[in-house]
Amino acid sequence: MRELMSGNEAIARGAYEAGVTVATGYPGTPSTEILENVARYKSDIYSEWSPNEKVAFEVAAGASCAGARSIVTMKHVGLNVAADPLMTLSYIGVEGGFVVCVADDPGMHSSQNEQDTRQYARFAKVPIFEPADSQEAKDFLMLAMDVSEKYQTPAILRSTTRVSHSRSLVDLGERTVLEREIGIEKNPPRFVPIPVWGRVMKQKVADRLGFLAEEAENSEANRIERREKSLGIVTASMAYQYVREVWPEASVLKLGFSYPFPDGLIREFADGVDRLLVVEELDDFIEEHVRSLGIECQGRKFVPGVGELSVTRLRGSRAMMEGREPKTLDQRFAEGLPARPPVLCPGCPHRGVFYTLGKHDVVVSGDIGCYSLGAFKPLDRMDIILCMGGGVSMAHGFDKAGDRRKVVGVVGDSTFFHSGITGLIDIVYNRGSSTIIVLDNRTTAMTGHQDHPGTGRTLGGDATKAISIQDIGRACGIERVATVNPYDLEATERAISEDMNSKEPSLIVSLAPCPLRERRRVGPVRAIDSDLCKGCKRCLKLGCPAIEFDGEVPKINMHLCGGCGLCEEVCPHDAISSEEAE
Amino acid sequence: MSNVKTTSVVFVGVGGQGILLASTIVARAAMLSGHQVKTNEVHGMAQRGGSVIAHVRYGSEVFSPTVPEGTATVLGALEQIEALRYAHYIAPDGLAVVSATSVVPVTVSSVSSGAATYPEDVADRLKRAFPRLVYFDAGKMALELGNIRAANIVLLGALSRGLALPEEAWVGAIASSVKEKQRDLNLRAFEIGRSVR
Repeated sequence: MRELMSGNEAIARGAYEAGVTVATGYPGTPSTEILENVARYKSDIYSEWSPNEKVAFEVAAGASCAGARSIVTMKHVGLNVAADPLMTLSYIGVEGGFVVCVADDPGMHSSQNEQDTRQYARFAKVPIFEPADSQEAKDFLMLAMDVSEKYQTPAILRSTTRVSHSRSLVDLGERTVLEREIGIEKNPPRFVPIPVWGRVMKQKVADRLGFLAEEAENSEANRIERREKSLGIVTASMAYQYVREVWPEASVLKLGFSYPFPDGLIREFADGVDRLLVVEELDDFIEEHVRSLGIECQGRKFVPGVGELSVTRLRGSRAMMEGREPKTLDQRFAEGLPARPPVLCPGCPHRGVFYTLGKHDVVVSGDIGCYSLGAFKPLDRMDIILCMGGGVSMAHGFDKAGDRRKVVGVVGDSTFFHSGITGLIDIVYNRGSSTIIVLDNRTTAMTGHQDHPGTGRTLGGDATKAISIQDIGRACGIERVATVNPYDLEATERAISEDMNSKEPSLIVSLAPCPLRERRRVGPVRAIDSDLCKGCKRCLKLGCPAIEFDGEVPKINMHLCGGCGLCEEVCPHDAISSEEAE
Repeated sequence: MSNVKTTSVVFVGVGGQGILLASTIVARAAMLSGHQVKTNEVHGMAQRGGSVIAHVRYGSEVFSPTVPEGTATVLGALEQIEALRYAHYIAPDGLAVVSATSVVPVTVSSVSSGAATYPEDVADRLKRAFPRLVYFDAGKMALELGNIRAANIVLLGALSRGLALPEEAWVGAIASSVKEKQRDLNLRAFEIGRSVR
């Protein structure tokens, strides 16, 4: 049977067919839908959203060391969080196959950086596989699983935004049912990397790399496509697809099992062509290695290493190589158009908090999530964002450095569980005075509404204990813990100003569920009475996409209005109401 | 070039307008007609009310899932200035199907005077940008059917006339892509769109 599947669905399907029984992860675009799709195979695979990638990695690693085939999913920056267990699991090795499914985001469609996960494969000395479409996403997951098990090594499957979120046809197969006894064997020298045993392990890792290179040499995932001899291109992942359109006549070495490098194959390919070009997205990972083999090649000279590649960009590279002027795109019709960046949705509860913070002269240290959008005008109420959990800990840093203003850290609910808690402990332990606001919308919103430890529901949809953010705050030693309704601007203002005037550290939980997840309006649709409106534009300071202003008086787009009523609260002329909309 | 045989479709609009469903239906209709198919869409941050584009390509062999600029056989827009923003995607002889819908971006509403404005001469610009243009209010037609959210399917109906896929493939694709309850409404929306000239 064939199905149209996204790369992420296909990875999940591969896990199912490969006989995986444990799958874990933390949501992160563009990787999220892998685990969501694994969860559909609930009767065969145990799956969970873990609080963060490190925990997810360790849970799956445990399962694997007990003999189960397992996967863990995350976005590229998630692997930084899980890098600690990755580095040492490489030493310990695995029993059941273990594949780390990581999705990179070239072009930073939904990420704070553009790091290249292939570097982690070399860093941790583990094999990496790079699919170029959905069929390969499924096939390579299964191949990675086999290689992982055969060589007792964790393996990485590296996707990218375009692989994960493109759909193409996939042939479906049956699930391999593995009859194996689960249970970790009693063998400390095998599983305990204290120095005396760790040194032995390190040697094994080095030897293993050699065996893996031999495997890569003969793997069907690496193939030479012989066409014309004048130009040979080494490529991998989605770049392969672009290469086939831009250089249809060129010979291609397509790497799918791309680390450790199949040196013999690279030499064979290079020997058979007149000129060698490397086309890869992000770092010059392959190019650097090809040069280290003493083979002359070109790559970064023509192919950009910043941003994602595309057919159009590579046509530019080709023109440059051939000494032609690249064709410029005719974008004159787009000139002068107003930009349309992503914004906080109409009805978003975070808006009330940012609007209120806008009235205070404070430093706002932000975090990763929908609320990152609070950095845009007109809300413009986020001064810095670093990484997951950074909103909490960096606030403490500003405070301790002696920032002249009061410091507020803003973090989401899922992010708080991910890595905000340790920062909060630090604030209390080291006598900080920051105010931390948890924007608790009862879901992991930005990545498409996943459950987390605070929602009372598991990935499989089962009811579970909902862990209280307020209780955690108190357990960490915070004495000022408040809960506010962010749609009530007065109450929000009261809570924030009280904490601003306090020397103690404090925690404010802004509690209101994401209306996008609830799939309903917060309240009735509002409208502006143009007779009462004085055109003061106060409502426009909310940055609500439903309030349109194009000249005279603002209007509310009734199809977009989320019914939150914030505009009614801020209007000083009582011109906004729900009656008017009826 | 190898992409001559590839048919490319782009849908553009504002996050939340139902572009994903429209592109899924094109992909399924192409699949039911025996083509190789690839699509690409936007998830995550880029979705939040921002400008969005979805790609569908089909033919005997498809490589890139994203449509190279200047090659789209048809361009469907659920918001009129988004059609202009992505106008450079269309092939010289491509068909543009644009709904006369405006969603004013926050950058226009909230930024003080002198900054960006929503253009007043959209209709005129569209005519200049697209030699083959179908320009109508898909939202109004959907509202007349009883649900403004069906605007994407009305637009799809109009756009389907620019693609050589059989009617039964469209019907099958719609039926398998929407909920049972919504099926009749969506099939009617498609029919109405398909009759737009």
